[in-house]
Parts: sequence; structure tokens; C-alpha cells
Amino acid sequence: MRLFVLIFTLLFAPPAVQAATLADYSFDEPGKAEDFRDIIEEMRCLVCQNESLAGSNAELAIDLRNEIYEMMKSGQEKEDIINFMVARYGDFVLYSPPLKPTTYPIWFGPLIVFLVGGVVLFRILKRKSVARETELSAEEEQRLNRLLNQSNDHRDADQ
Amino acid sequence: MNRYLRYSIPLIVFAVIAAFLFKGLGMNPREIPSPLIGKSVPEFALPTVESPDTIVKTSDLQGKVYLLNVWATWCVSCRAEHETLVQLSRSGKVDIVGLNWKDERDKAQVWLRQLGDPYSINIFDKKGRTAIDLGVYGAPETFLVDSKGIIHYKHAGPMTMQLFNETLLPLIEDLKPKG
Repeated sequence: MRLFVLIFTLLFAPPAVQAATLADYSFDEPGKAEDFRDIIEEMRCLVCQNESLAGSNAELAIDLRNEIYEMMKSGQEKEDIINFMVARYGDFVLYSPPLKPTTYPIWFGPLIVFLVGGVVLFRILKRKSVARETELSAEEEQRLNRLLNQSNDHRDADQ
Repeated sequence: MNRYLRYSIPLIVFAVIAAFLFKGLGMNPREIPSPLIGKSVPEFALPTVESPDTIVKTSDLQGKVYLLNVWATWCVSCRAEHETLVQLSRSGKVDIVGLNWKDERDKAQVWLRQLGDPYSINIFDKKGRTAIDLGVYGAPETFLVDSKGIIHYKHAGPMTMQLFNETLLPLIEDLKPKG
């Protein structure tokens, strides 16, 4: 139980490294610190591609954090900073790709697959339920009665 | 619907997914398409590796087709490609401009003395600010720039003779003034 609690706590503990690196950046205006954190968490570190700029300790990530910090200090908006980064490193630097024709497959692909799957599933289910509820034709009705009577006759005979 | 066709749908779906995954296996995640292709070399004014007093500006580089090679003494792959750069420079097929990235000046000078200096100009970017403008995310990186200062190609990773002869040389021939 104690081990479980420990693992559970560690799972939800905020990464310590991140907290340490971000402590160096302070802003006078309220809200700016949150904006700064949002921006660097949305950007990919290009050296270690599975880390954000916020989480990475690669030298380039540190330089880029400083650069973004300076830009924010000089009053530039989030949009300016994103444009600055994309102009240099491409859309790759963004964790969530922008919506444009070349990225339509990523954005709408899953939805399309889901809809197609849903239609197929719906049709299969519908066909099955229709088959189950079909009423017997006159001919089948007769055959059913004949079979039922037959088996009853047999049973009578056995007794 | 034809029965055989219907049963082959899962197979087709599988084949399509497998084809995409197989393609992905052969791709290099380090090769990030540069948004700077077709754009100008960013503005800068930096000293050279040789002297803190000599300032090189973007406009000083115009008028010739050249390779812009990002390098540093702390970069192991740069050492690996250095011999290729020296050979290229000696062959006279292309001019090479160096961008020394986040390095120590004395170390860079020793490196060039010991291994040979393939660079016609060697820019000293101590802070790495121009490298950020170039979208550099590792060393070595090599850009092909035309005489008007437009970037035409970018390679991330060590330069090889094969890459130069097969990819860069045809591009360079196209960019050189005809006549």
C-alpha cells in the first residue's frame, strides 16, 4: 500500500527540473509569467525532440528560452513570438500543428475514420436486427407447423 | 457488394497502414524542413574568428555562390566532416563561409591551424543569435546560398563527398551565372 501511494504521488508530482529552470525568469506584470510558461510549453525543443522548451536543458533550449523572455520583456505579444519561432524553425517547433491544407489529414483524419467506422457499424447492426425481425412467409409458416406437429406426434407415440 | 471484395477490405486497410509505417521507418526525424529555403540569409554584423575587430555583414557575402557551414570545436561531427570541407575548398568547386557557433575564439583558431582552414570567411557567432535567425538546431549544418544571398538548400549533419556531388553540385551549377 505504501509503495502504491509513493508511485501515485510521483506520477502526479510536477517535474522538479522544470520548476528549477523557470525560477530564473521573473516578470513585473501579472499574468506574463503564465503566458511565458504557456509559450515555452507549446514549443518543441529541436535538439531533444520529445521535450518542450520548458522542460529541456539543452543549450539551444536555454538560448531560445532567454530569447523568448527578452522578447516578452520588450512587450511583444504571444503571436509575435510564435511567428518569430515558426519563421526560423518551421511548424515543427509547435507541438500542435496549425490548421492549413497540408495539415488537414492530421486534424480531420481521425474524425473521418470515426465517421466511416460509425456508418459501417450502424449498417451492420441494422441489417442484423432486420434479419431477426423478419416475419415468416406463408410457406415457412406451414412448414413450421408441420414440423411442430410432427415432433408432437412422435412424443405422443413414445409415451 | 461482391463477397471477395468485402472480405479483402481489412487486408487493404492493413496494407495502407503498413505502407505508411514502412515509409516512416526510413525517414530521419532529425531532418526538419527549413522554412528559410527561398529566403534571404538573415541580417547580421559579427566579427570573424581571426579577429574581433573585423566585422562581417550579410551584404559582404553577396556576389558569389557559397556554402554556409555552421561548425564548432565542441561538435564531434564537425571534426568528421572537416576533411571533406578542406578537400572541397581545395577543389575550387565552391566557396565555403564558416559560421562558428557558440565557441571559444582561441579553440577555433587552434582547430583551423591544426586541421586546415577551408573557409574564405569565418564568422564568429559567440552568442548564437545569428544561428537562431538561421534556424540552426545542431552542428554541423550547411546552407547553399546564391549570389543574391538567397538560401537554396539546407543539410543538417556532416557534409559528405557523395552528398556534395549528387545533390549540391548540380544545384551550384544551376545557380552560377551562365556564360
